[in-house]
Amino acid sequence: MSQPTLAVRDLKTHFFTRGGVVKAVDGVSFQIGKGRILGLVGESGSGKSITGFSILGLVDPPGRVVEGEILLKGENLVGQPDERLRAVRGNRIAMIFQDPMMTLNPVLRIDTQMIEAVQAHHDVGADVARARARDALGRVGIPSPEERLNAYPHQFSGGMRQRVAIAIALLNNPEVIIADEPTTALDVTIQGQILYEVQKLCRETGTSLIWITHDLSVVAGLADDICVMYAGKIVESGPIDDVLDRSLHPYTKGLLGSVPSRNKRGSPLAQIPGMTPSLLSLPSGCPFADRCPRVQDDCRAALPPMVEYRPGQAARCIHPHVEGRA
Amino acid sequence: MTVFIVRRLMQSVVILLVMSVIVFLGVFAIGNPVDILISPDADQMERERAIRALGLDLPLWEQYFVFLRNAAVGDLGRSFVFNEPALRLIFERMPATLELAFTAVVLSLVVGIPLGLYAGLKPQTATSKGIMAGSIVGFSLPSFWQGLMFIMVFAVMLGWLPSTGRGQVGSFLGIKSSLFTRDGLAHVILPAINLALGNAALIIRLTRAGVRETLLQDYVKFARAKGLTHRRVVGVHVLKNILIPLVTVVGLEIGGLIAFAVVTESIFAWPGMGKLIIDSINQLDRPVMVAYLMMIVFLFIVINLVVDVLYSVIDPRVRLQDVKG
Amino acid sequence: MSEPTVIVPAKAETPFRRLVSEFADDKLAVGGAVVLSIILLVALFAPLISPQNPYDLSKLDILDSRMPPGSKSMDGITFWLGTDGQGRDMLSGIFYGLRTSLAVGVFSGICAMMLGMAMGLIAAYVGGRTETLIMRLVDLQLSFPTILIALILLAVLGQGVGKIILALIIVQWSYYARIIRGTALVERRREYVEAAICLGLSKPRIIFSHVLPNCMPPMIVIGTVQVAGAIALEATLSFLGIGLPITEPSLGLLIANGFEYLLSGKYWISFFPGIALLVTIISINLVGDQLRDILNPRLQR
Repeated sequence: MSQPTLAVRDLKTHFFTRGGVVKAVDGVSFQIGKGRILGLVGESGSGKSITGFSILGLVDPPGRVVEGEILLKGENLVGQPDERLRAVRGNRIAMIFQDPMMTLNPVLRIDTQMIEAVQAHHDVGADVARARARDALGRVGIPSPEERLNAYPHQFSGGMRQRVAIAIALLNNPEVIIADEPTTALDVTIQGQILYEVQKLCRETGTSLIWITHDLSVVAGLADDICVMYAGKIVESGPIDDVLDRSLHPYTKGLLGSVPSRNKRGSPLAQIPGMTPSLLSLPSGCPFADRCPRVQDDCRAALPPMVEYRPGQAARCIHPHVEGRA
Repeated sequence: MTVFIVRRLMQSVVILLVMSVIVFLGVFAIGNPVDILISPDADQMERERAIRALGLDLPLWEQYFVFLRNAAVGDLGRSFVFNEPALRLIFERMPATLELAFTAVVLSLVVGIPLGLYAGLKPQTATSKGIMAGSIVGFSLPSFWQGLMFIMVFAVMLGWLPSTGRGQVGSFLGIKSSLFTRDGLAHVILPAINLALGNAALIIRLTRAGVRETLLQDYVKFARAKGLTHRRVVGVHVLKNILIPLVTVVGLEIGGLIAFAVVTESIFAWPGMGKLIIDSINQLDRPVMVAYLMMIVFLFIVINLVVDVLYSVIDPRVRLQDVKG
Repeated sequence: MSEPTVIVPAKAETPFRRLVSEFADDKLAVGGAVVLSIILLVALFAPLISPQNPYDLSKLDILDSRMPPGSKSMDGITFWLGTDGQGRDMLSGIFYGLRTSLAVGVFSGICAMMLGMAMGLIAAYVGGRTETLIMRLVDLQLSFPTILIALILLAVLGQGVGKIILALIIVQWSYYARIIRGTALVERRREYVEAAICLGLSKPRIIFSHVLPNCMPPMIVIGTVQVAGAIALEATLSFLGIGLPITEPSLGLLIANGFEYLLSGKYWISFFPGIALLVTIISINLVGDQLRDILNPRLQR
């Protein structure tokens, strides 16, 4: 098998706060191949965004990556000096943030913000960088890019700003793009357009995409593979169809059940009882035990390991939804 | 932009009018001007003649209009003490005050912004804590006492710098200022530092707070995610954003410095407007008080206008609103 | 960002205890609080602990005047901080001066807070022209430095304890009014206030039991800064000779009295009261600073 573009191995990012150590990301592993799209799904606080920031080396104190490897084409990024990470950021791995209203600097023109992103990694003149910025804006579907370059962020709508952010991410033809809920703050119609375009661009350029979201329906039509995170850990991973159609973990099932759909109209929407556990004081066993409908005594004994129940599909559960079992 | 400035100028005229009413009522109506303007030895006849001559027998609102009409042509009365037009007195003293305030502003910016940036970027280091502790002291130091201590240490004990007066005034490009002579510079150092210190502390704290808040913004993280160098993130993305509140405050502080120059000028016997107003208050020289207050209000309006214009130059979001408005 | 970094659990501690524990995080602030408490005690018990009643002229001896720190008087009292031009013990003078300064500062601060609170609430709840009028006044006043306004007022009103307190109140109220109005406007749109309205609670009840408590954090912060400012302003005005009368000397006047002796090297008459003033203001500011840091939700750590 060819080398994955990005592989994360046993990543642990902890926050050292007054109240104690918060294990926001606690032993996350996944990998993504060239041109593939990985959905990283979880509720807020599950550690999915922190995972994204960890990959870029952008975790702010009191948090830091304490363990694990982040392998970009085989090269480990963890523990690299910041200058080395800087050369990777925005160049080989780019990121798109959730709120387009906040990601662009309000007092700088779009061209300034795009040209600096090119020049941070390539020794080119402002005119070359500007031409590249214009092309990138064109690629994400912004009309009359040349004029728009001279505008300020506040002169764009939310959807347009997110396109600009995506254009900035695309500027240096990165190998990986981490998209942190980039459509959550947008109207549904805009959401669809952006999803479509990002998917298309990644397929065209062979860029690998990590799509972080809490919305299963978004990744359903987008991702090739999916990782479901809960309380800082991946609880289920596998090809998208397998995970969605034949979920192993009760949490994944619960998430799917709480998505409204036409087939279930009229019947009450399922919900997962209880709340996400505090990351400060996780129980010793399965963190989902207290909310799990299938919980048994042995669930609380020790943290279940990731087990590959079907080819390519694994879950961190000792009583999964598997035929012939419980 | 033009619309904006015109509108602001109209507002300014209203503020000036309101202030003139307040000042007029305050200075002329509450106290009894007759007691001050007319010799207590005068007999009843003389008093009445003088009252009529000065228009003090008119109803208050008519007196106000007389005052206003005179003010419009630049006549704010004559100083009782100097027997000179009050406005001319103010204008004679103004350059000294402006020079002092200007020097203090420059000093406080040059010291305040770099220190504030450092403290905001590295809040946990000992140096930052030292800077912040220093800024609290600078902020808390009552400027009059601090001025006395400066005189005690640098003038009395060490004998390095003169303690009073403005020194020799030089001329450069037609501008007269003590900044252009050695002697003048020696005289301006202590008062300017004295005036600048509290302001520098304020700028340090403001810059630091701005940096800390800006660093938490998504656009800063996004800038870092683009792979920009730390230098570029701080120097462009952070600095340009904190400049906005800074310009406002510094603009307003210039006014504050001109007003607070009262204290510094009194201590260092600096011949500016501030010393004049204190002397006038002590000698009940009302026309000078009125002239000073109207002048200060006018200065403030001008400064505020300049700040607003600058503000819209720095912050693109403001500019758009102006076009719409 | 898609989510706040972590979900920190709500521990079973009262807001007040959390405040105290967060406050204790900063040693400097704790130091400030301790010093401030000592200063308050000294001011409170000044008549009991002063070696001398500095304003009982019969106790003063002109022969004791301008003695350097540590010298002894004719009748055996040690003047630890020296004496002033009239033979007054500086230490006692400072104790009494602190008392006056603090009393004036705190009293005017409380009055200004009440006035500002009332005006701010009226502006927020009555709205319309009343609001415009109040807020214009506030804006106008805030655009001028405090010392200038105080100068105008004292020039007009003349001197005296009552007048300087009045001037300090007028100088300060607008800060409170603005902050209260701002917070009240925000709070009254909050869901819990809407809920209270839906429950049919009366307006005063909503204001006093729902809106006001939420205005407290910014008020506390502004309050500390304002009291420090008021003390400094009063001292400045007294120094300039337009503040408190000689009969009730505050620290500012003590410092002013030493001005004439300063050039001849008799530093202590101005120096020690200044230190007392400085320490007072710094400790208030240290406490206020830390309070602002822990009460500011935008910098929540």
